[in-house]
Parts: sequence; structure tokens; C-alpha cells
Amino acid sequence: MVKKKILDNNALYTIIAILIGFVAGAIVLALAGINPATTYGKLFDSIFGQTKYLVYSVVYGVPLIFAGLGVAFSFRTGVFNIGAEGQFVVGALVSCVLGIKLDLPAVIHVPLCILAAAAAGALWSMIAGVMKVKRGINEVLSFIMLNWIAFYLSNYVVNLKGIKADGKEATVDILESARILFPKEILTATGCKSFNYGIILAVAAAIAIWFIINKTTLGYELRSVGFNRFAATYGGINANAAILKAMAISGAMAGLGGAMQILGNQMRIAQFASQEGYGFQGITVALIAGSNPIGCIISGLFYGAMKYGGQKLSLVGAPKEVLDIIMGTIVIFIALSHILKKLLSGRGK
Amino acid sequence: MDRTSHADMSQVAIEMREIVKKFGDFTANDHINLKVHRGEVHAILGENGAGKSTLMNVLYGLYRPTSGEIYVNGKKEEIRDPSHAIELGIGMVHQHFMLVQPFSVTENIILGMEPVKGIRVDMKTARAKVEELSKRYNMQVDPDAHIEDISVGMQQRVEILKVLYRGADILILDEPTASLTPQEIQELIEIIHHLTADGKSVILITHKLKEIKACADCCTIIRQGKYIGTVNVPEVTEQDLASMMVGRNVEFKVQKKQLEPGEVVLDVKDIHGKDYRGVEILKGLSLNVRRGEIVGLAGVDGNGQSELVEILTGLRKGESGSVKMNGKEIFNKTPKEIFDSGVTSIPEDRQKHGLVLDFTVAENLILQNYKKPPFAEKGILKKKKITGHAIELIGSFDIRPEGCEIRPAGTLSGGNQQKVIIAREITNDSDLLIAVNPTRGLDVGAIEFVHRYIVEQRNKNKAVLLVSFELDEIMSLSDRIEVIFDGKISGSVKGSEADENELGLMMAGGVQHG
Repeated sequence: MVKKKILDNNALYTIIAILIGFVAGAIVLALAGINPATTYGKLFDSIFGQTKYLVYSVVYGVPLIFAGLGVAFSFRTGVFNIGAEGQFVVGALVSCVLGIKLDLPAVIHVPLCILAAAAAGALWSMIAGVMKVKRGINEVLSFIMLNWIAFYLSNYVVNLKGIKADGKEATVDILESARILFPKEILTATGCKSFNYGIILAVAAAIAIWFIINKTTLGYELRSVGFNRFAATYGGINANAAILKAMAISGAMAGLGGAMQILGNQMRIAQFASQEGYGFQGITVALIAGSNPIGCIISGLFYGAMKYGGQKLSLVGAPKEVLDIIMGTIVIFIALSHILKKLLSGRGK
Repeated sequence: MDRTSHADMSQVAIEMREIVKKFGDFTANDHINLKVHRGEVHAILGENGAGKSTLMNVLYGLYRPTSGEIYVNGKKEEIRDPSHAIELGIGMVHQHFMLVQPFSVTENIILGMEPVKGIRVDMKTARAKVEELSKRYNMQVDPDAHIEDISVGMQQRVEILKVLYRGADILILDEPTASLTPQEIQELIEIIHHLTADGKSVILITHKLKEIKACADCCTIIRQGKYIGTVNVPEVTEQDLASMMVGRNVEFKVQKKQLEPGEVVLDVKDIHGKDYRGVEILKGLSLNVRRGEIVGLAGVDGNGQSELVEILTGLRKGESGSVKMNGKEIFNKTPKEIFDSGVTSIPEDRQKHGLVLDFTVAENLILQNYKKPPFAEKGILKKKKITGHAIELIGSFDIRPEGCEIRPAGTLSGGNQQKVIIAREITNDSDLLIAVNPTRGLDVGAIEFVHRYIVEQRNKNKAVLLVSFELDEIMSLSDRIEVIFDGKISGSVKGSEADENELGLMMAGGVQHG
């Protein structure tokens, strides 16, 4: 029985998948003539070597947790939010513009920027929702289109007069009153200039999403429509309204991720040359977490650490793209985990 | 019903010896034996969850037996998977259809065995072959219709054709008649005879004792996973079979007390409606149901009863007409509004409309009431109350297995799934119950149960509209029988005065009655 319980535990397969991911990365590195041990040593050291590194890893993880929550929520409610990327961008954009243009006391300025970003993400997601509900357009298609619209919209706004910084391909910095940094003492103590309240908000959001999914009538409604919209409709649930609500909440999470990135870390938006990929990384985060909101905290921090630590790999001559290989392999093996499960628990079908 | 046996007792087509199948600690099959001869119709009888389907899934290669041996045509075989079973000439028609919804009938039948022309599927040959097959076995289907658009009865035919297309010698039919009309059942029995005359063997999983008597040579009875025995069907009565299956005596006749119907609860006037193709299928139907009355709606599948029920429950919009519930207009209202007006229903397709299969039983039991106290307060679900409610209903409706409130509804057997729906709908305590084929695929024990609850609703002075393809069911339960033909009521008789032949004629559109 104990053995069976362990084998039924999804976390075990996630860990196995992560190990396989690192093995795959090592093989690729070795083939490219780079010493995997040195590379992984450097990676490990870049994450755990100093308190500062560890704190930065958390800062990098926060927007990914939010993006992951958005995607995980959509998975649990039967829609596929591949548009988290776009919602993240509009969330970042709205919080950035309001952070620059409004001059308010921090107690009002910060919540306003955050809420506006959530609303922007929700609205952006609902555009696809309305098209799906009213015209039956597959949300995956419209989400991908909306990602690009958000991308160019951001680049357009960044270059507007009064927002663009002189001589730079970026906006001016947001006002002090819009920033969500921890007090100076903590920043000095940890050595991380970007340590912010985002991690607290991320944990709170994960708990809130978990609560909504599992404990509320709203969650019941959205899950029932996700599983079987016919039975839900038969039971008197308005399936179209449920889909819109699910998309709005999912989009709001991704939008919040954008706000965290701007208000807590970047303080400005630079012109994009290519998609930044936070939303897509959110898909990875959600998959590694098995769409469990609490799991998203852990997988988001894991991805954040990999992103932060990976920046220093060039010091040992390894390309940071090896991390994409590792993350990609992990996702593939998590997707394959039911096969792995069968292999491990014998042939008993 | 007269019949000749084609069984060739000298040749064993299938033999299963001492089959044991365990799922964890649960033993679904406990040393079961089965011997099927060439040309034989062998029925397998057992209650829901007795292990019939498990045994057949073992034979079809979906499960590996924990122990035991299988012989096909005298040769010992380890059946690895369904494609291996098909290779060995074993074909299976599942109780729950395994069809690709957006595909056409032809595409579904040829799936995995498509005739090809170069690298393209040769649809012309495929279509011709399907048409030929459907003609040969007298099973009318539209080869171009899409599965999601055709009735349950039609889908069943497609499933049977699919197996025939693969040239199976041993056909396993899991509840094949569950959704067929009496006429279709008669046709199916003829097909079965035709097949056995050809030397094919048919394994029939059914709860319907009448059909076993009508077409099976032998019958193997399983109870709670254990082998009870194999009998020669002509030598036993239906009552014998029923007691062997359930392990006690079973009431066949539903007891009903005399009751004078009260005021009109449901009043349907001049309903017009279209089917999925946009063709008018309801052509001015009128009907009423009064308190303390079961109105049976009899008719052959495809005469508008599905559409009528969908309009009555708000799942489909009608073209014109009026539906009054206790005098209040509910025509073309939303399912929620209709539910709130006092209409509750047992839907035709329990897996599509009745249950969220991935939800637990407890969650399914609050499908319409999840927002209301005591299950929720201020938008927060009260898990203890929900679980308590589930445990109570599981107990009083004898839903198995024990402790299933935390199990997904999809893991329950068909009969127990139906019990979940009935438990939910009946505890709604609404003025009108619409039951659509409520005993489809259920065994006698469960049928007895469902019928008792339907009659109990009537006795509680509720109105009941019973829509069923089972003429026996309509006749034994209804106080009044309305016959639907071609989108209209073609006749009406008192339940106590109903005559099978007369009803049959009306169902075929033969006679016009008051």
C-alpha cells in the first residue's frame, strides 16, 4: 500500500521529469563540447551561492508564478489560455503608463496600478472569450493573434511622446510612489535592489486561486463547464458566462504578473525586439505544477531561479539556451508521466 | 417467440477458464468460467457491477486477467489488446459508444481499417461498403450523418456495423438493445439469428430476461463477481433467471394505488420545433400532465420525443407554441428558469447531460443546487454539508460502491450512475418529473428500484412525464399513454386499457385516437 501511494504521487513523476531534463541538458552540453559538471556547478552557484542570488531568483519567479496561475486556472476550467503572453504585456503596459503618468500617494498609486493591470489582462483575455462564445472562434487562435496585437501595442505606446525616455528605446521610469519595493533596510540587508512585495502577493494569489477553484460556487460552476458543458447547462449553469468568467480570472492573473514585473523589478518597459515569453513560460510553470495553484508557487520559483542563474552561464562558456532545452524536456516528460507511471507500477492495467 | 438454435455443440469458439481479475483489493471477477460454442447465442446475466463488463473486457484484451486462461477456437491465447482480439475474430460493441462525435457514420465505421486509394481514403468504396452492410443487416443509417447529430438508437447501429465491418466471428454485444425500440430489437434478434446461421457466435450481455428467452441458447449468470452457473435457456423461466441473478425473488409488477389525477401541472400547446438538421420535427404537439398522474409518451425513436424533451427542459429553442408550468409560461426559457419553475428531469443521455463524470458523486449530487444553502453560503461551498448530503443519498438510494461520494461519477457502473441522477432529481422535490428512458441499460434489480421511485413521485401527488422506448415500461407505469408519431400526438389511451398491438399500430401512425 505504501509503495502504491508513492507511485500514485504526481510529485514523484515531476521530480523524475526534472532529473531527466537535467540529464538531457547535460547530454546536449557534452555533445557541444561543454563540460556539463562545470555548467551545472555554475548554475547551482549562481542560484544558491549568495543570499543575494537566492533573493533575485525569487524576484524572477514572481511574474512567472502569476503567469502560471493564469494558465493553471484556465486548464482547470476547460479553456486553454495560450494568450497569457499578451495579457502579461498589457498588464505590464497599463501599470507602467499609470505608474508614470499618475502622481498619487503610494497607498493609492500602487493598488491602482495593480488593479488596472489585472483589469487590463482580464479584458484582453475576454476579447478571445467573447469571440469564442458569440461566434465559436477557437480561443487558441484568437489568443495567439492577441499576443501579437499586445506586442505591437506595447511598442507603440513605449514610443509615445511623454512616455518615451530621451535617447533610449524605453519608457521613462515609473514614479517612486508606484513601486512595490521592500523598505530600504531589507534591500540593503539582502543585497538585492529589486526585492519586492510581489512574492507575498504571489503566494496570496495562489491561495486565492486555489480557494476559488476548490471551495467556491464559482469554482464549482467553472469546473463543471470545463469538464462537461452539456451537463452543466442541463444543471442550469450558463456555460457561456462561465467561460467568460474563467477567461477573465485567468487573464487577470497574467496581467498581474506583468504589473509585478514592472512595479517591482523593471520600473520601465523597453521596446520589444521579440516576445519576452513570460506568458509561454507560464504554461510551463502550470504544467510542472500539474495545474495546482499552490504547486505554481514552487514551479514558478524553480523557473525563476533557472532564469536568473542561467544568465551567468556565459561565464563558463555555456549558452543560456541550454535552460530552454532542460525546461522543454521537463515538460515533455511530465506530459508523458502517465506512461512512466505505467512502467513503474508494472503492467497491471 | 419461436426460434431454432444454430449452436454447434462440437465446436467451442471461446472458452474462459477460472478467470480472476482484481483491481487493487477489489475482485471484479472471481474464478469465472465461460464456454461459447460456434453458432451459439450465449447470454451473460448479472446485476450492475456484477463483473460482466470486466469479464468481457478481459476477453476483448482491454484488461489482462490476474489469473485464468482463455482459449479461442481451442487454442490458448494471451489476448494482448483489442487489436489482437480483433485479429482473433473477436469484436465488441460497447454499452457506452466509442464513436468520434464530429465524424460521419462512414468515417466511424471504417476508422482504423480505411480502404485506401494511393494515400487517400477511398470514401466512395467505404461508403458503398457501409451501405451494403447496413442493407444486408437491415440497419438503416445515413452514411453521411455526423455522430453528434444522430440519435442514441442510430449510434448503436453504427457501433454494431463497425464490428461487422471488421469481420468478427465472435461478437460481444454489451447491452445492445438498451436503447433500441421494440421493432429495432426484433430486427436485431433477426440479425443475430442470421449471424449464428452463418456460424458466428454471439455473446450477449443483457439484463433483459425477455430477450434472453427470445434469442439466447445458453445463459451464464454472474453475481458479485462470482460464477453462479450456466443454464440452457429453454429449460428455465424468466423468474428463475431473475432470482439466480439477484439472489432473491424479484417483483416484476409495479404496485400502484388508485389515484384521481388533480389539476394540470404541465400544459403543452401546439409546439413546433426543428431538429439538428433544421427540419421541422415537432408539428403542433399538445400534451398535458396532471398531478398524481404518470403520462407515458410512447413512440418510435425519431418522432420528435428527444426534441420535445429538450424544449421542455430548455436545452433547445422551439419555433412556436406554449409550455405552461402551473400556469406560468416557460417556453424557450433557460434551463435554470425552467428548473426553478418546478421541472426536474432524468435525461436520456446520462453521461452527456446527466453527470459531470470527472466530478465526484458528492459534487454531482448538487448540480442544480450548488449555490443554495446548506451546500453553499455567500458563494463558499460547505464541504461537510455536501459530503453529508451525498452519504445520506448514497445510503438511501443504495448507490454502490460504498464510500463512492469521493469517487468520480465516471468510475461508477451505469446503473449506479443512473441512481445518482435519480437521487439528485427526486430530492429536488419538484412538481414535474420528466423521465427519459430512465431504465436504459439497467438490470432488473435497478429497474425495480427506478420504477418504484417514479411511482412514488406520482403517489406524492407530483406529475410525471415518462418518455420511453420500452413499451413494457410505459404500459406498466402509465396512468395515461400518449403516442407520439411524426411530431404530433397520434393517440391517447388509459394505462389500464392499453393493448400492445393497438399501441404498436398507433406508434406506426396507423390509427387516430381521441
